[in-house]
Amino acid sequence: MSGTALWATVVAGSLGCYLLKLAGLSVPAAWVEQPWVARVVDFVPAALLAALVAVQALSSGNDLVVDGRLVGLAVAALALAFRAPFIVVLVLAGAAGALVHLVAG
Amino acid sequence: MLRDALGLGLAVGLYGAAFGAAADAAGLNTWQAMTMSLLMFTGASQFALVGVLGAGGSALAAVGSALLLGTRNTVYGVRLVPLLRPRGVLRWVATAHWVIDETTALAIAAPDRKLSRLAFLVGGASIFLMWNLTTVIGALGAAALSGAALAALDAVVPAAFLALLWPRLRKGFPEAAIQRRVAVGGAVVALALTPFVPAGVQVIAAVVAVVLAGRPRTREATA
Repeated sequence: MSGTALWATVVAGSLGCYLLKLAGLSVPAAWVEQPWVARVVDFVPAALLAALVAVQALSSGNDLVVDGRLVGLAVAALALAFRAPFIVVLVLAGAAGALVHLVAG
Repeated sequence: MLRDALGLGLAVGLYGAAFGAAADAAGLNTWQAMTMSLLMFTGASQFALVGVLGAGGSALAAVGSALLLGTRNTVYGVRLVPLLRPRGVLRWVATAHWVIDETTALAIAAPDRKLSRLAFLVGGASIFLMWNLTTVIGALGAAALSGAALAALDAVVPAAFLALLWPRLRKGFPEAAIQRRVAVGGAVVALALTPFVPAGVQVIAAVVAVVLAGRPRTREATA
């Protein structure tokens, strides 16, 4: 993606997210406080974040790839299960990824 | 309260650095990462946008994911209006920029309206400063990496997303069992679509599929 396209993406995304914030302060509460809106808003983050985790860890373009990222993710999941702090999770995942890179590649 | 604020500051700082690094890994330059933290200023959406770009996704898919996560802030705004009652166009426009997960939690937890406003304003300002400062550090730090360190960064990015997701799946989060099913559904649909659709589109398709699958249950809940 060109620099200009990246800038357009950054600015459009920022503007859109700001307008969503502003909308909350502006629209009648009844519009947003409908049960189905609340349901969607409650569950969209889990679906989106999980989809991103899967795609980030296992895809490369249109291919599914198993490499150090998946090992890092498994280590991160284990660390999170043991309630490790965020920084520890990231360091362990990074170390696992780097190790796989050195051993495999 | 001070210990809570310090803890929050540290957490925001770490996520800010992780965002800066993820933005660099996705091909954004430092200025673009900084612009996002200054203007978008909502962590999950920022991660989503660079996450989709990093997976080779289109601008449209990237912006779409950011907006999907940004809808949370709309709901927060509705909850905050009675507490903050922003008067005048300038305050209304400025207040909107501060509406995120953390400031909403601070404002709602405060014991009265005056403290609520203070927590929102001061909390928002310190989070904003910390977030922007650490974004620069993360972006510059990641830009200096190569070789095995770059492979480490590749593994850190999905781990950071997993850490964002994890609290929603844990016992004690409202409806954690459904959150888990939604998460598994989202991941499975996204992976299944990966070979067949342009990169990034599978992420949005996964969300749409999960929301549609949840519809009948939603109707029962509302009936």
